[in-house]
Amino acid sequence: MKEQLQKDFDNSIKNFSLSQKDIEIKKFCLESFIDKGFPNRKEEDWKFSDLNQIIKNNIGELSFYNDQTSTNKVDTSVFVDGLEHNKIVFINGRIEKIDFEYEKKDQIEIIDQSETINEFKNSNSLSDLNNAFTNKCFKILVKKGYQLVKPLIIYHTTNTKIWSKNINLRLNFELDKNSSLRLIDLFNDTSEKNFLNIFYNFELKENAVLKNYKVDKFENKNIKYSFNNIDQDKNSISETFILSSGSNFSKNEINCNLNGVYASAFVNGIFSLNNHKHHEIRSIINHLTENTKSYQLIKSVLDQSSKAVYQGKIFVNSDAQKTDGYQLSKAILLNKESEFNAKPELEIYADDVKCSHGSASGSLNEDSIFYLMSRGLSYQQSRELLINGFLLDVVEKITDSEIKNLIKNMIGIKE
Amino acid sequence: MDKRQKEINDLKDYKYGFSTDIENIQAPKGLNEDVIKFISNIKKEPAWMLEFRLKAFERFKVLKEPDWQKPKFPKIDYQDLYYYSAPKSMKDKPKSLDELDPKLLETYKKLGIPLQEQARLNGIAVDAVFDSVSVATTFKDELTKQGIIFCPISEAIQNHPELVKKYLGSVIPTSDHFFATLNSAVFTDGSFVYIPEGVRCPMELSTYFRINASNTGQFERTLIIADKGSYVSYLEGCTAPMRDENQLHAANVELIALDDAEIKYSTVQNWYPGDKDGKGGIYNFVTKRGLCKGKNSKISWTQVETGSAITWKYPSCILKGDNSVGEFYSIAITNNYQKADTGTKMIHLGKNTKSKIISKGISAGSSDMTYRGLVDISSKAKNSNNYTQCDSLLMGNKCGAHTVPYIKNKNSESNIAHEATTSKISEEQLHYCQQRGLNPEEAVGLIVNGFCKEVLQQLPMEFAVEAQKLVGISLEGSVG
Repeated sequence: MKEQLQKDFDNSIKNFSLSQKDIEIKKFCLESFIDKGFPNRKEEDWKFSDLNQIIKNNIGELSFYNDQTSTNKVDTSVFVDGLEHNKIVFINGRIEKIDFEYEKKDQIEIIDQSETINEFKNSNSLSDLNNAFTNKCFKILVKKGYQLVKPLIIYHTTNTKIWSKNINLRLNFELDKNSSLRLIDLFNDTSEKNFLNIFYNFELKENAVLKNYKVDKFENKNIKYSFNNIDQDKNSISETFILSSGSNFSKNEINCNLNGVYASAFVNGIFSLNNHKHHEIRSIINHLTENTKSYQLIKSVLDQSSKAVYQGKIFVNSDAQKTDGYQLSKAILLNKESEFNAKPELEIYADDVKCSHGSASGSLNEDSIFYLMSRGLSYQQSRELLINGFLLDVVEKITDSEIKNLIKNMIGIKE
Repeated sequence: MDKRQKEINDLKDYKYGFSTDIENIQAPKGLNEDVIKFISNIKKEPAWMLEFRLKAFERFKVLKEPDWQKPKFPKIDYQDLYYYSAPKSMKDKPKSLDELDPKLLETYKKLGIPLQEQARLNGIAVDAVFDSVSVATTFKDELTKQGIIFCPISEAIQNHPELVKKYLGSVIPTSDHFFATLNSAVFTDGSFVYIPEGVRCPMELSTYFRINASNTGQFERTLIIADKGSYVSYLEGCTAPMRDENQLHAANVELIALDDAEIKYSTVQNWYPGDKDGKGGIYNFVTKRGLCKGKNSKISWTQVETGSAITWKYPSCILKGDNSVGEFYSIAITNNYQKADTGTKMIHLGKNTKSKIISKGISAGSSDMTYRGLVDISSKAKNSNNYTQCDSLLMGNKCGAHTVPYIKNKNSESNIAHEATTSKISEEQLHYCQQRGLNPEEAVGLIVNGFCKEVLQQLPMEFAVEAQKLVGISLEGSVG
């Protein structure tokens, strides 16, 4: 892999217009990645999902060079109907379109940040990989007091042109005081056997509101890793919703730093898996100051030898008195071979806190099925009704009604 | 000053902190094959036992000290320890208690462990372990009548080699982790219990561990076998003198329950926890594992952990037999600079297996407490159930309480439920108690006892009273 990385890196660098200093930094990141390799099960955070092994088994040899010189045609058929929205379109990792047609142009700034390297507070090797190979990196700045009229949808599209490739993406967002942004990440892949490595960084200033919905719904054979870092100032709110379903393997990491008082973070997720899929959500909520709040709810329905992993951590600093942290994960195993692993973790250094977590996993309740069947439903109908109700609980947590309906339609959940 | 206050004062400065001035035989300092041979030789062990030890030692050489645990500690120099220390008077084993060194008797009297005949009233059979040797076992005759074997393990190796050979290392193999392997190589003494088929042990069996000599590691090994349809309740207590340096205690405990058998294992661990500034104290790195080998067997662990500078242990159950049951009840209390990383593992292999975990952690002062547990339901363990509850209580903002459960479910017909909470004693509760005339300390004591009640109920009567007192005393000075 080492020669491949080196060769692809040299090729990539040629196409980037970078200063010598930036090249040096990228080289350093590359070396660090070569040194560490893909994360494996020996690392505690990857205990349940050995990425190194998964890539080996599903992709084999990866290549890292991405020809980004030619443009791709934007396929408008993938765009969401019935909801007016702003768009950013990524095709095969290349930004093809940025369109804020519904917004005041002077309130949103798009800054080309290609030359700065982000320091993420996570130590895994994938951030090194991302740093080494990302070319264009944009920062989207929502100015003070501006609240986007329409949601922003980021389309992540890959097509059959690419194969066994590693795609690295990076976006930065800054929400200034009193601003708000609704953001939907929509994954739409027709390609197979690629490894997507996505890093987002959000900076929320006072009173800012971020709602991020990640929808990975369409069947595909890709391997996906996504890392969200969210820094929150006073009174800010972040809401993250993850629908984890389509990809062959996916791991979503949310790292949330509640730096300001009265900041709150919500993480809700659904795993709906079948067909040997293996998905993971890992969330780390750092309560760093007093009177902060976090709430997490993760539900899974697992069929056909699929595997879901939830690792959630609530960290409470010794200054973070009056913290309120809650975390619940529930799983229904429909099939004998399906598997649910959880590691709900609390690390608490302050005494005046209220933190709790719960985790439950098991089969569908036979009594409930019997109840429904005795009222005339078929076995299949009863099963579907119960699963529907089980997942609806999470979707109902979405605070934006427009998007809630959109997601309900997408995954076919009825009220 | 009322009685309680007096008890508190007695215990505030760790009343078991005295040391006994007694002449010792020690193995040469350090860890090597010769030392292992020395231990084996002095215990007059058969060749297969020495082989067992040396095999473990070979394995130990390639293992590395684990470092994933939460409480970090300075590197232990394994060559700077004595691996065997015994009172000289024990060289030729006394035939009865009357021949026992009076100094030893005095020591155990001071500790409140009655070795002499008056013990009969208490109805508990005791095996007392002093540093590396078992000094006395009471009620032997009575137990023998029923066919129960309760003796030091070194005696069992000689008198019941077929049992020891069959079961020793069957639950904790010599190739296990670092400390377990070290123990397999150098273990000195401990208890051996065998309950024959269909016998219900008429009294509580108990071992009392005492580390006396300085610079010694204590490596005890306990093996309990409950044959078909039998029942035994076993208690374990521990103390050590106050010393400035840290001492290592790395024990292995193996339990084996055959068809329909039940083993109840209770521990009140009160090793010297170090002084107020975190100096000294015992490193309690213990491997405890029970195997529910037969159908309908049951193993239940109950522990009250108040002592030790660092506690690092996970009493586990391997539920291999169908319909077997595993239970774990724990109270862990840390104060001052104590650290604990404790919990359990429930490994479900058989059908219809059930497990229950109740863990209560209380941390005060500048201490740190971690619950770490594993519930693993394998794909063959149909219709299995687990229920876990771990609650933590924090007192003061310098301490930490952490929960790290690992939950693995590979069977769609099995259910796992896990709950955890962390909080402090609510102002309302305190106010309510104080309003009814309790002072703040008493109020906290009452609330904490209520918090721990679920676990304390599981202890045998005599222990429960002691444990309840210990709970109150361990937290002295942490309120207000």
